[in-house]
Amino acid sequence: MLAIDIISTMFLAAGTFIMITGTVGLLKFPDFYTRIHATGKCDTLGQIMIIVGCMIYEGFTFITIKLLLVTAFYLLAGPASTHALMKAAYVTGVPVWKKGDKRM
Amino acid sequence: MEMTEMKDENRKFKIVLTFCVMFIFWLLLSAWTVYLPEPYDFSKVSRGVLVALIVTFLTYEIFVPCRGKDVLLKTQRFIPYVGWELWQIYLATVDVAKRVYGILEVEPEVIEFDTTLRSDFALVTFANSITLTPGTVTIDISDPERGRFIVHAIAKGPADSLTVDQTMQKKVGYVFMEE
Amino acid sequence: MILPFLVVGIIIACTILVCSYRAIYGPGTFNRIVAANVIGTKAIVLLILVGYIIERPHFVDVALMYAAIAFIGTIIVAKYAERGELCSR
Repeated sequence: MLAIDIISTMFLAAGTFIMITGTVGLLKFPDFYTRIHATGKCDTLGQIMIIVGCMIYEGFTFITIKLLLVTAFYLLAGPASTHALMKAAYVTGVPVWKKGDKRM
Repeated sequence: MEMTEMKDENRKFKIVLTFCVMFIFWLLLSAWTVYLPEPYDFSKVSRGVLVALIVTFLTYEIFVPCRGKDVLLKTQRFIPYVGWELWQIYLATVDVAKRVYGILEVEPEVIEFDTTLRSDFALVTFANSITLTPGTVTIDISDPERGRFIVHAIAKGPADSLTVDQTMQKKVGYVFMEE
Repeated sequence: MILPFLVVGIIIACTILVCSYRAIYGPGTFNRIVAANVIGTKAIVLLILVGYIIERPHFVDVALMYAAIAFIGTIIVAKYAERGELCSR
């Protein structure tokens, strides 16, 4: 029982660290496209890590299947919303930051 | 004559497949936690059947657009690909974390390239895979006829791994048999 | 074992607060949309964690519905920003 608690806590801690990394990237990166790099990737893995931690803590019940459904849905939906945002920004002409430009 | 029979067959297949998926989904979401601990009661399960039937007749044309070829073989090849993709998500996060904390440089650029992929499923899978692998995000599929992608890369290295190595493109082509 | 969930939940709530800086001051429309999208993702995780903190894991259903609604909302706002209208005749 103790081992399961420790493993799930480790997964939760890793997920939290990745989420914090995504937030720092959102604040620190210079323009819209690079910010989307940070959030799109870090949030996906952070969410998977935290949900896996919850699944290990829960054991095998029907809640576990629902958690798996949330993860699968997010793996499909996260990249799709990222594409929608990227395409909208590219079509409407948000400038791409090159090295040496001013922060946007 | 034969054509109408084929169409009827396809329609029946679509309805049955949609109904099965919807009913299993309903069971997963509600029945096992709410209904089944009590003594078995058909009237409660019949509500689920009713809801699944309504949803089926509203959506079967959209849910199963066409009856694909070699679905089993493609599924069999797709499962190891998902495992490889999860590993790539891990690598991508490590890459972005290094750039956030200033170990690697940020030099963004926009690149365009052609692929050999044509079908909708292959294009969607490849676009999602580009987004989830290190350092690249799909902007648009500008020309689906030629499989032309516009991609935003965060530095020179990730862009080269997409246009020069083409590992992922070959993997997706192998899964959907479009090399 | 509630403590780890409680700590993780509080940290995630703090990151939501930090993200709202980009949502309020961020230059331009798209930076704000990205911040709102990120807040939605973190809210899904927070809902699941709250379910464990108050020992009612059926909050997962709420999280599932919230994920669907946040996804649809992001898509609609992105399309509106791209075209300037929602229905093209």
